[in-house]
Amino acid sequence: MLKIKDLHARVEDKEILKGINLEVKPGEVHAIMGPNGSGKSTLASVIAGKEDFEITKGTILFEGEELDEVAPEERAHKGIFLSFQYPVEIPGVSVTNFMKTAINESRKAHGKEDMPASKMLKLIREKSELLDIDRKFLSRSLNEGFSGGEKKRNEIFQMAMLEPKLAILDETDSGLDIDALRIVANGVNKLKSKDNAVILITHYQRLLEYIIPDFVHVIHDGKIVKSGTKELALELEEKGYDWLKKEPVV
Amino acid sequence: MAYTEEELKKELETKEYEYGFYTDIESDTFPKGLNEEVVIALSKKKEEPEWMTLWRLEAFKIWKEMTEPEWANIHYQKPDFQDISYYSAPNKKPKYESLDEVDPELLDTFKRLGISLDEQKKLAGVAVDIVMDSVSVATTFKKTLAEKGIIFCSISEAIKEHPELVKKYIGSVVPKKDNFYAALNSAVFSDGSFCYIPKGVRCPMELSTYFRINQAGTGQFERTLVIADKGSYVSYLEGCTAPSRDENQLHAAVVELIALDDAEIKYSTVQNWFPGNKEGKGGVYNFVTKRGLCERNAKISWTQVETGSAITWKYPSCILKGDNSIGEFYSIAVTNNFQQADTGTKMVHLGKNTKSTIISKGISAGKSQNSYRGLVQVNSRADNARNFSQCDSLLMGNECGAHTFPYIEAKNKSAQIEHEATTSKIGEDQIFYCNQRGIDTEKAIALIVNGFSKEVLNKLPMEFAVEAQKLLEISLEGSVG
Ligand SMILES: Nc1ncnc2c1ncn2[C@@H]1O[C@H](COP(=O)(O)OP(=O)(O)O)[C@@H](O)[C@H]1O
Ligand SMILES: [Mg+2]
Repeated sequence: MLKIKDLHARVEDKEILKGINLEVKPGEVHAIMGPNGSGKSTLASVIAGKEDFEITKGTILFEGEELDEVAPEERAHKGIFLSFQYPVEIPGVSVTNFMKTAINESRKAHGKEDMPASKMLKLIREKSELLDIDRKFLSRSLNEGFSGGEKKRNEIFQMAMLEPKLAILDETDSGLDIDALRIVANGVNKLKSKDNAVILITHYQRLLEYIIPDFVHVIHDGKIVKSGTKELALELEEKGYDWLKKEPVV
Repeated sequence: MAYTEEELKKELETKEYEYGFYTDIESDTFPKGLNEEVVIALSKKKEEPEWMTLWRLEAFKIWKEMTEPEWANIHYQKPDFQDISYYSAPNKKPKYESLDEVDPELLDTFKRLGISLDEQKKLAGVAVDIVMDSVSVATTFKKTLAEKGIIFCSISEAIKEHPELVKKYIGSVVPKKDNFYAALNSAVFSDGSFCYIPKGVRCPMELSTYFRINQAGTGQFERTLVIADKGSYVSYLEGCTAPSRDENQLHAAVVELIALDDAEIKYSTVQNWFPGNKEGKGGVYNFVTKRGLCERNAKISWTQVETGSAITWKYPSCILKGDNSIGEFYSIAVTNNFQQADTGTKMVHLGKNTKSTIISKGISAGKSQNSYRGLVQVNSRADNARNFSQCDSLLMGNECGAHTFPYIEAKNKSAQIEHEATTSKIGEDQIFYCNQRGIDTEKAIALIVNGFSKEVLNKLPMEFAVEAQKLLEISLEGSVG
């Protein structure tokens, strides 16, 4: 599904990603861990097509197609979803209205008619129940005055509505209390299928107790310095990242 | 006789007035220029009663003594008032035979605004060969109004048919001497709308200038007079979302609203005059005086969406004369490219327990300048007056400007005045967030702008709000590269 080869990316004059290799197949869950500032969010942004970052070397393939020239909204139409580490506020635009626009824009890109209102309502009801979201919440302005946890839950609600093929969750667990974490993880698990894939970016092993990854990768200084299975996460929890920083690249 | 060159010229000039002009009265368009004779001729042409002619003449006299205001935060080439023709017979001939002859860009805009083919033809000045639905709509509309005793007609018609009402109220809220453009308008106003709602009557539908079809075009000096008698209610819609192109560069309208005891007037405007091209050439100068008078317990709400004009200079205001009266002003002003807007409101609290609310949303893009200018004035006898003002500006790009000038004059200690102002910029992060959800940049901007303007859009009557939303999108197209 996703194939990243020797990806180098920089912002202004600063090189941030220094040769990332990663392959994600349908049905898989990958966890990406690593210390602050190692380039995790940058990797997520580059996959989503943020133009601030310049790819200086390497490629990203999504379902066999090179993404270099593909606009961010088209990547979304193809089924790439990013749950932002810091979701932005859009005053005056309700969550419902935002989702309606997003869904219909994607449908338009696929040559489909707008989703009928009744179907939209049903979908909203279904997904908000799945994530235990109060319907009143959906009439509020997008992320405006939301608590950290509400923002993250709202990101997952959007993911549930859009049903992407590849979901990248950037520190979705931070800011969530244990109950919210369980609800979110539960939601992600329910949406998982053999046809879609998830990349979990996280600092903590905690989330991985609820969403079991098939692979764990550690990023340090713009490179994946170690890959393994879920046991690696436990090891990291115990030992921290320092031992990896010193180890040569494998 | 030896004439000097100068004397000859003078003589010819006066000759023109003496003879040339009167022979021209029969023609359909007056020669350019403005003087007393022109005012008299205009009034005659419109078959007005003498009191109206005298009223206009007095206004002209006042105007001659005035100078054009300089204080607005706008820059432009001042119009030459002698280079304008002040009367042109309503053009009944269609400009085009079919839609194929109309500027395709204009048609495209119509289409995106969801304007029907028949309406498109009407707006673009194309000959209409079939009877439009709206004609029958207008007929039933008129009948319903007549049953309630509501008068809704052109101001020219009202001057003839309802002189007692016009005579009593015209100029009572915006006096002739109010300002330069109001004086000019009073002298030479071409046409406009008149509306009277009798005591205790609730006007059953939105009164829209759109329905006043088969009336003469209003031209560049429009005059509107709306009177809501005691305990009545009316919602009045002015303007049209369709882009109006006009060869007249200067537009100076006057709108007067009178809300008698316990009456309520809602006045909504969507203004979309030609703003000029991308280089800032052409475009309409829109200098408008709009003011409402509230008697006891009365309420006036102004809601406006301004997207057009090269220059807009406009301050819909409320005189809260009666105790417990309420004034509201909700405004969205969009400027793009080289547009300049200086808009705002004046809330004058004279009565006790008077209340006013001002919500102003300015959106600037391109190289445009958008200013809010508001005055909240509390008279010494206006006990317990309250005002809440909120002015928000949204900027797109780095070359545009937003300015806020709130003036407060409170002469009564019990006044409670609150003012809030914010300035924000459409952030790249917001746009990327939308992009990531599959929403392209153009649509993302529309979404953000609509969200920003929501409080005001919500005040518009339903169908108008939908059109206004689309209009905002179109006005800002191409504003982010
Ligand atoms: N837009 C930007 N401009 C400049 N530096 C940036 C930008 N985005 C990220 N960086 C830098 O890139 C590095 C990686 O950041 P990030 O990808 O956010 O790390 P992580 O998500 O792993 O904490 C950091 O040093 C950060 O300061
Ligand atoms: Mg990060």
